[in-house]
Amino acid sequence: MFYDILFLFALIASVSMCLYRIGMGPTPPDRGVAIDILGTVMVGFCVLSALKTGNDFYLDVALAWTLISFIGGISLAKFLEGRRYDD
Amino acid sequence: MVLGCLGLVRLPDVYNRLQAATKCVTLGVCSMLIGVIIQKGFSPMSGKALLCIVFILITSPTSAHALARGAYKSKVKLCNGTVCDYYKLDPNQENCNCDEPSA
Repeated sequence: MFYDILFLFALIASVSMCLYRIGMGPTPPDRGVAIDILGTVMVGFCVLSALKTGNDFYLDVALAWTLISFIGGISLAKFLEGRRYDD
Repeated sequence: MVLGCLGLVRLPDVYNRLQAATKCVTLGVCSMLIGVIIQKGFSPMSGKALLCIVFILITSPTSAHALARGAYKSKVKLCNGTVCDYYKLDPNQENCNCDEPSA
């Protein structure tokens, strides 16, 4: 029980630092990096809730979240690179 | 994972932040999923966790690499303590001189 609370506070600290970097980032690539990291940290939240409740479908959510975050990161990188989405 | 996000806040440059955060957060989430596999044994839940580990290990370095390349192409300045900029040098050049400070 104690370790659950510890992991929960660690995840909350990580998410708050990512949100700080998204809000205060001086350049657009900073915000892109922070969004990418936030997607991976949310997978950690899904894993923790799957372990606490014992439901399978939180891991399905984590799987889908990984792939969606990957697509988001790639499209942000192409946008930063100055190209359009169709090449 | 917390230390990786602390690096995301504290480090001075986009590239340093990417370097610190991506590795630590990927390793942290993968170790949580390995914990799921150990705790649940041979079950559908551990199979999903294994698939999730595979996807994270494929997608996270790929998107980090693409983001670093996009950040370089959009001409973000490197921080003042940067020693060498290998990406700017000619790739055919054998002995690149890294003593001079990068622009």
